[in-house]
Amino acid sequence: MKKLSLLLILFIFIFKIAYASNYSSDPEIFIKELVTDAINKLSDKNTSEDEKKNFIESVAEENVDINALGLYTLGELRKSTDKNNLEKYQKAFEKYFLKSLTSRLKDYSSNKFEIINAEKKSSNYTIVKSKIVASEKQPEIKIDWRVYTKNPDKPLIRDLIVEGLSLARTQKEEFSSILNSNNNDINILIAKLEEFIND
Amino acid sequence: MELKKLSLIICSIFLVLSVNANADTDKECFEKVSRGIFKFNQGFDNIILEPIAKGYNKLPEPVRNGTKNFTSNIATLLSIPNHLLQGEIRLAGHATGSFLVNTTVGVLGLGNPASLMGLENQKEDLGQTLGTYGVGEGCYFVLPFLGPTTARDTLGMIIDNNYLDPFAKVTWHEREIKSMSGNKIDYVGVKSATAIDFRGDNITSFESLEKNSIDFYAATKSLYLQNRKNKINNSSESEDDWGNLDN
Repeated sequence: MKKLSLLLILFIFIFKIAYASNYSSDPEIFIKELVTDAINKLSDKNTSEDEKKNFIESVAEENVDINALGLYTLGELRKSTDKNNLEKYQKAFEKYFLKSLTSRLKDYSSNKFEIINAEKKSSNYTIVKSKIVASEKQPEIKIDWRVYTKNPDKPLIRDLIVEGLSLARTQKEEFSSILNSNNNDINILIAKLEEFIND
Repeated sequence: MELKKLSLIICSIFLVLSVNANADTDKECFEKVSRGIFKFNQGFDNIILEPIAKGYNKLPEPVRNGTKNFTSNIATLLSIPNHLLQGEIRLAGHATGSFLVNTTVGVLGLGNPASLMGLENQKEDLGQTLGTYGVGEGCYFVLPFLGPTTARDTLGMIIDNNYLDPFAKVTWHEREIKSMSGNKIDYVGVKSATAIDFRGDNITSFESLEKNSIDFYAATKSLYLQNRKNKINNSSESEDDWGNLDN
């Protein structure tokens, strides 16, 4: 009986994740559905911390181009790094990204979110412009989403630009600073990422 | 007085030499020193600024809005000459209108009726003006208390403070303009209120950035430089440097 209820809970959880991941292929609707889903989940007081963490991780793994983001943040070094180290870096980066994303979003409280419009930059990129409506606690925040649309059936988020400040670029420059002061040794960067993950 | 002028000239020459149109901002003027100053600023923030900003955030909304409007209205005085130097006559008109309306109808700038009238009030300084002229950022460094800056922005700040900003002239330099007078305490008071209001608006963002950075100094540098670039371009669009990353 205990096993059965455990299986049932697991089934419901997996179903919820699968359902949550099934977003539209239109970039504008994709972002709207994803953010609405995330707001509902993260502002729900009945959702436990662990459930929130699992939700953020599964949605990010499914809808963020973590692999490309990892390569982008590595800058030019990605071209000269051997396959082995690149794989090691990608694994560490994914864990680092998911941990930092969870930490940023876990304490999220409900805010009104609006899509402004979407601008197709090329066949590969659409920028979806949105905003978090001003509340008593904070002013209006403009957020642009860089959506990668090479596969038109499966858009993927590559960057978030908050008030003109690109998070991917900030990450890239942070990594670049570490690499520059350590003779471009990727192992030092990997060690720093692992230190953050295990902290 | 002569010594003060001399140091101002020496400082300006150093900054002018550090600035050139093709300067690479990744270049630091003196990174080790800047990292040290950055740590000092973090300590100052942890002990003084952040606790005050947290207390400030507990004040009633009208008080916080009044402070924001008041400091913002004073900053308009610096925006006006910079709009003119950038040839932005329309924006200079808007800023002038905004200052006049908010100072009178808005009771010394505590209210912001100008925004309801559709008057834009975009912040400008000489660092931005020089940027629009194509002057490069020069190298990057961190100043005690004032935070991240570049050679160009510091040069701009010195000229703003000494020649362009009427508020700084009346208060910091204690010169009387049309029977208006002030002192250094007024200047420091308004600048402190601006800093506290800004810090109060960004409590969560700063905490999150610090917690999730593996090099907080580099992350802050990147955000400062991106923000300045956007302000110069009057845009909130991030530069596309993804290239052909089509995996």
